Amino acid sequence: MNTDTGQPQPIIEVSHLVTHYGHRKILDDVSLSVREGEVLVIMGGSGSGKSTLLRYMLALERPTSGSIRILGVDVNQASAMELTRLRKHMGVAFQGGALFSSMTVGENITLPLREHTDLDPVTIQIMSRLKLEVVDLAGFEDLMPAELSGGMIKRAALARAVVMDPKMLFCDEPSAGLDPVIAAALDELILRLRDALQMTIVVVTHELDSAFKIADRIVVLDQGRILTIGSVEEVRSSDNARVQNLLNRTLEIDELDPEAYLQRLMGKTKVH
Amino acid sequence: MQRSPMVSRADIDSTAQGPLAALANPLERLGRWAIGGVAEIGFAAVLFAETLYWVALGHRRQQPVRIPSVFSQMLEIGILAIPIVTVLAVTIGVMLAIQGIHTLKLFGAESQVTVGIGLSVTREFAPLITGILVAGRSGSALAARLGTMQINQEIDALRVMGINPVRFLVAPALLAMMIMVPALTFWSDLVSLAGAGVYVSLELGLSFSAYTDRLIDILSVDDLMHGLGKSVIFAALIAVVGVVNGSGVKGGAEGVGAATTRAVVQAITAIVITDMLFVFVVTR
Repeated sequence: MNTDTGQPQPIIEVSHLVTHYGHRKILDDVSLSVREGEVLVIMGGSGSGKSTLLRYMLALERPTSGSIRILGVDVNQASAMELTRLRKHMGVAFQGGALFSSMTVGENITLPLREHTDLDPVTIQIMSRLKLEVVDLAGFEDLMPAELSGGMIKRAALARAVVMDPKMLFCDEPSAGLDPVIAAALDELILRLRDALQMTIVVVTHELDSAFKIADRIVVLDQGRILTIGSVEEVRSSDNARVQNLLNRTLEIDELDPEAYLQRLMGKTKVH
Repeated sequence: MQRSPMVSRADIDSTAQGPLAALANPLERLGRWAIGGVAEIGFAAVLFAETLYWVALGHRRQQPVRIPSVFSQMLEIGILAIPIVTVLAVTIGVMLAIQGIHTLKLFGAESQVTVGIGLSVTREFAPLITGILVAGRSGSALAARLGTMQINQEIDALRVMGINPVRFLVAPALLAMMIMVPALTFWSDLVSLAGAGVYVSLELGLSFSAYTDRLIDILSVDDLMHGLGKSVIFAALIAVVGVVNGSGVKGGAEGVGAATTRAVVQAITAIVITDMLFVFVVTR
């Protein structure tokens, strides 16, 4: 599975990650690495564990076993101080935007700068306006998040994620739930951010078009396991049936076990 | 009816294991409930300790508790509550005066009503009423705010920004609560006693200044501090209960509603029980 031979030190390295939610196993022995300056897309159907994987990469949860190293630091061993330092290099755009609803767009975007730097207010204003320009939201900084449309919220979230000029950018479903034109514009925006700011970008998505457009490499997750990792071409030409099913949007028909089916209908199976 | 995941899990287990397990079910539920309760109390204690840590050492970690956020919380919790606290406190004062005179008439000792009013207002009614009011007004708001932030991933957003949510959200609310609840209690002391005084002087035909003189005579600093000391504890309880319930929200808008209700009920229960314990320990 190691495809990184001869590459420089990866920025993010996930090795043998196993996670549970209650008693249910979500991720099963997931290993991957993210190289500097690339756009890595994590793809998979609903419930494949892709958003979960992102949460662990952000050190929001503790894994059952396995490790995640970001910039060479094991995030689950790191002290709170180290983690805070590390997080200044990470920008995250959550699926729903996660803008602070009690603050204006401008206050949202300047918050990381106000909390982590000693810059004077004028500089902070200018820096945040620069980022608002990048996401085409200039002039919207006095609005509240509730007054923005879905696409604007996602763009504002992106602006907040990159306001500290992080080395790494994580996006959870950046184009989900948006109309195709705005979704395409967001994909463009992500590529522009990588080129302009030399970021390493991890994107979680289930949208195929978007994934193929922005990815340097794609990871396909299925039921908590990695089906394949590779360049766009490699994934497209994968001979794995499940990968092809996902790519061709074929309905997955699992072999039906009549006994288990009956058990489920009778409600006699335990939920694991 | 929404059921908690724990209970539904237990149900599934019992159907899988037959009627014997069903008998054990209430016991299991009680056990789970007790464990959940202890875990919550532990979480509350950790939150409180962590808040003190950020207040004391936040500067050293370049994450100070922001004074402006404390002030904005103080405005929200304290200043904006003044009108309603005043109304309630005056009403309670007058009510106490009426009841006191009515009761003491039995012994022909109406003139002693000031003693009863003075002691019960400062030691009991002002802190209790203020605590219950703030629990309903601000404890619920705190739970709702944190709950909404939780389900909108705003808490996660703070954490990934390297901003500690306890420092950023909990500490200002807790500090503001612990400053403003005693302040409001002191205010209710004043207006409640004044309200009672107006009624007493009208009813018994003695002058208001005679009433205040008598009050100053009876009341010691100790009585006042008894009430104010309690109110500091109430404040911490309201804030911590609100935060624990808010940050545990699961399941969307319905979850926020449930957590808010729970925060108010638990805070008021905690206040009343703590009050009794406090009185027991201090006055004996």
